[in-house]
Amino acid sequence: MLRNSWLSVASIGTIIISLLILGSSILLVLNVGYIASTVESSLEITVFLEDGVEQDRMERMEEEIRFIPGVTAISFVSRDQALDELRRSFGERADILSGLDEDNPLPNAFRVKTREAEMVPAAAQQLGELSGVEQVRYGQGVVEKLLALTHWVRIWGSITMGVLGFAAIFLIATTIRMSVFARRREIGIMKMLGATNFFVRMPFMLEGMTLGLTGGLVAALIINFGYLSLLSKVMITLPFIQLISDPALIYQVLGGLLGLGFAIGALGSAISLHRFLRV
Amino acid sequence: MIQLYNVSKIYDNGVKALNDVSLHIRKGEFIFLVGPSGAGKSSLTKLICREELPSRGQVVINGRSLARMKNREVPYLRRKIGMVFQDFRLIANKTVFENVAFALEITGASNKDIKRAVPPVLRMVGLEKKARMIPAQLSGGEQQRTCVARAIVNNPVLILADEPTGNLDPETSWDLMKLFLDINRRGTTIIMATHAWDIVDAMKKRVVALGDGIITRDEESGAYGYES
Ligand SMILES: Nc1ncnc2c1ncn2[C@@H]1O[C@H](COP(=O)(O)OP(=O)(O)OP(=O)(O)O)[C@@H](O)[C@H]1O
Ligand SMILES: [Mg+2]
Repeated sequence: MLRNSWLSVASIGTIIISLLILGSSILLVLNVGYIASTVESSLEITVFLEDGVEQDRMERMEEEIRFIPGVTAISFVSRDQALDELRRSFGERADILSGLDEDNPLPNAFRVKTREAEMVPAAAQQLGELSGVEQVRYGQGVVEKLLALTHWVRIWGSITMGVLGFAAIFLIATTIRMSVFARRREIGIMKMLGATNFFVRMPFMLEGMTLGLTGGLVAALIINFGYLSLLSKVMITLPFIQLISDPALIYQVLGGLLGLGFAIGALGSAISLHRFLRV
Repeated sequence: MIQLYNVSKIYDNGVKALNDVSLHIRKGEFIFLVGPSGAGKSSLTKLICREELPSRGQVVINGRSLARMKNREVPYLRRKIGMVFQDFRLIANKTVFENVAFALEITGASNKDIKRAVPPVLRMVGLEKKARMIPAQLSGGEQQRTCVARAIVNNPVLILADEPTGNLDPETSWDLMKLFLDINRRGTTIIMATHAWDIVDAMKKRVVALGDGIITRDEESGAYGYES
């Protein structure tokens, strides 16, 4: 490996960078999904009703809402309950709301939940079309923004990962090719002595796999420590945001990176041996 | 054991190295391949170990046509053939012992078998005291004997030697010939391409002379001849 040390370092480096991008994209996407599912309000749609809607119309509306795809839970919040909630949220300074008791400006409302964060926008649109609905509100766009973000992260993450992945495979293949070239005399001797293809190729396969595995290992370690320090920082400074901290899931991601590094190494050397070591 | 039937070898660049050569070699024979430079001696040895395939005709070893042999069977053919070259082809960073052991390693032999098989062979070629040296620390004759040791360590049925004395002084050449005679007496067939007319004349073995890709002479206990 010393022989092509610069090339080896370059290929390991490329593997590390591409896996770092992949790893952080995956963790970002997973976390956004996780945040979207844990932040209650983002999954909850509030449907404000027009004033003067009759009781039996409201009951029929509840039935209609139940039939909208993705809807899992409905609760009715009367204008009095809404005022109570508002008062509670003001705590000791609730007296500034005292004037509202006689003339409550808050409307009746349904709170609707969907199974997945992705279903919120479509459900909200259908809710808005029901008669008697004044306004539909959900997460003030948080859900859409988060989902748009994961959408772009997915696309750009895949593109950069793909490009860098190819570069990594190419660099591994070049490294192995140099290695084969440097040892062509020895290879000739091995063939003359009756070594099988497998025997001749194995050391080069191992070299490529070692390069890949090294890259995967370094990337996994960086992601692991980076993510752990991010977790503790977020816990201290933004305690209301919950990130994924399930070790099983994190280890799955790290294991995936390791496996992918290994696969890149194996693929790179296999391609190189197929092209430059026909035995 | 080895038969060539109307074998021609035309290289990609159009050079006709062998032209309609037929030759039968029996088990246990000692054969010298002689002839001027470019006559096709090396080409013939390459056809026998299937480094090259004949352009026309058939090379048959132990009843098997080499042209029909699958690529993955070739290693097992080569394990039955010990090859000795003018330029030794030793691995520079392996010791004498390791170079010889390498021929066994590639067959998947166990360490135990290797430790058992290598020392007697080194003793036979007189290198038991130099087992731990690397090729650069050896004389040409010692390197050549290492190469021979490697060629015979897995008991080949055939030794193919292409100008094995080309880089040796006369005395060392004779030591190598004595070694070959010894190996041949144990039943191993030997084919040796050479320009060393004195050796050929003295050994009185079968001589196959090539000239311009055809066999010009084939005699039992022959001499090198006049062309050189
Ligand atoms: N790989 C090759 N490609 C093209 N031509 C070749 C190749 N190998 C040998 N030849 C040609 O085939 C002819 C026979 O070569 P070969 O090496 O068999 O001769 P030789 O009898 O071994 O000669 P020498 O005594 O010099 O070793 C020569 O004209 C040589 O140039
Ligand atoms: Mg030759």
